[in-house]
Amino acid sequence: MDFVRDNLPYILAGISVGGQYALIAIGYTMVYGILRLINFAHGDMFMIAGLMGVYAVTWMPLYLAIPFVIIFTVILGFAIERVAYKPLRSAPRMSVMISAIGVSYLLQNLALYITGGLTKTYPSIPWISNTVKVFGATTKVVTLITPVLTIALVVALVLLINHTKMGMAMRAVSRDFETARLMGIKIDSVISLTFIIGSFLAAVGSILYFSNYTGVMPTAGAMPGLKAFVAAVFGGIGSIPGAVIGAFIIGICENIIKGVGWTTFSDAFTFALLIVILIVKPTGLFGEKNIDKV
Amino acid sequence: MLKIENLNVHYGGIHALRGVNMHIEKGKIISLIGANGAGKSTTLKSIMGLVNKSGGSVIYKGEDITKSNTIDIVKKGIALTPEGRKVFPDQTVKENLLLGAYLRKDKKGIKEDLEWIYTLFPRLLEREWQIAATLSGGEQQMLAVGRSLMSRPELLMMDEPSLGLAPIIVKDIFSIIKEINRAGVSVLLIEQNAKAALEISDYAYVLETGVVTLEGAGKDLISNDAVRKAYLGA
Repeated sequence: MDFVRDNLPYILAGISVGGQYALIAIGYTMVYGILRLINFAHGDMFMIAGLMGVYAVTWMPLYLAIPFVIIFTVILGFAIERVAYKPLRSAPRMSVMISAIGVSYLLQNLALYITGGLTKTYPSIPWISNTVKVFGATTKVVTLITPVLTIALVVALVLLINHTKMGMAMRAVSRDFETARLMGIKIDSVISLTFIIGSFLAAVGSILYFSNYTGVMPTAGAMPGLKAFVAAVFGGIGSIPGAVIGAFIIGICENIIKGVGWTTFSDAFTFALLIVILIVKPTGLFGEKNIDKV
Repeated sequence: MLKIENLNVHYGGIHALRGVNMHIEKGKIISLIGANGAGKSTTLKSIMGLVNKSGGSVIYKGEDITKSNTIDIVKKGIALTPEGRKVFPDQTVKENLLLGAYLRKDKKGIKEDLEWIYTLFPRLLEREWQIAATLSGGEQQMLAVGRSLMSRPELLMMDEPSLGLAPIIVKDIFSIIKEINRAGVSVLLIEQNAKAALEISDYAYVLETGVVTLEGAGKDLISNDAVRKAYLGA
């Protein structure tokens, strides 16, 4: 019991940051599921969403700024796919990957140019930035909201994918472009939708994340982006529940390690985990198994 | 119904189809036979707009569909059951069938067609909620044919429906093809199993390295010496 009480703030923080990683990780895993592409620009899009949050509140009231940030990020994600990935649809996968790395650096440098390299302070959002006491531990409201909101969004997403016509089409496209086309499915629309969902979740994640860690700088997307990527690989890339579970595990472990006093090793843990997974179970916890009959 | 004139397809440097001419009459079963690599699948894929044509024209019901995209071609009433079945392995039998009706909005018609397919293939009804990957090869083929029929095509093109199936199931497949044809669907059939295909065909084409070298009524081709030697193993 003592262990739990002493570590409660860390566990809460871990669940919270895990939820934020999960929202980013879904974007990686869905794009991989459909295009077999690691979208390296995803973490930087998350950073741009954070930066846009900083600027948006100076242009408009908060209740408009939040939807503005989300819509902006969604349009950005859609545009990146159309400009940088769609023209390479029939190119080798490596070319698309390189294009994604290019977009990643483009976004980082764009942010560097706009901010002048200075760390911008994320606006504090009333209520969710307030502090509350939970079982004697002090934490921000956002810490409690994040896991709830994450799980609600994931449930909605899974329902969309498993129980709607659009979701059926997405699952078909993720398996076989040509046969999906024979069904009359517009491949490009499905791919765009995937990027729209991924960007939407990353934007929501950015609002939650930067409400907690308030500094936004051009490289702010790199670490959460990488950890979300590790979470997606850990869970089995292509699997949405896998990415979410992986993200929560990484978030919680990281913070417990901090709680034990090994703060300097918390990032190393995540990447050590990546190496171990790749050696022991490269397909991750819920990785795709290919049962094809010939 | 479908007129293919001087169809040419290039894959990189390879001239896969060199001026194919074919004519598919409404209500008939037409088969296209030929050795591996002759260009049979390419012919069907280029009709569907999945492969770029480098020349020639495809006219469907008096309308030029040479440059149409796959979605429009499906809408106009042509469906292709691809080689190797290509069912969506992690979706249920019912989902696979509904994907075949993806472009249709008439809920009532979709329901009727679903019932028709279940009477045509009772096995699929038994396995309605099963994941397609768990079906046997023959059941997957039935599912692939059923899925194509769900778009309510007027012309159904089938690429090697008997490939890799046990002889007894092959017999079933061919009798189903006849039944589909009796329901008013024109059929363009590609087959390795030339004898079975020619027996049920009204007309047939023989394709060799991208050119039609022989054509005629199914019965006539069965007794043709060149065909017997090359494709019937006699």
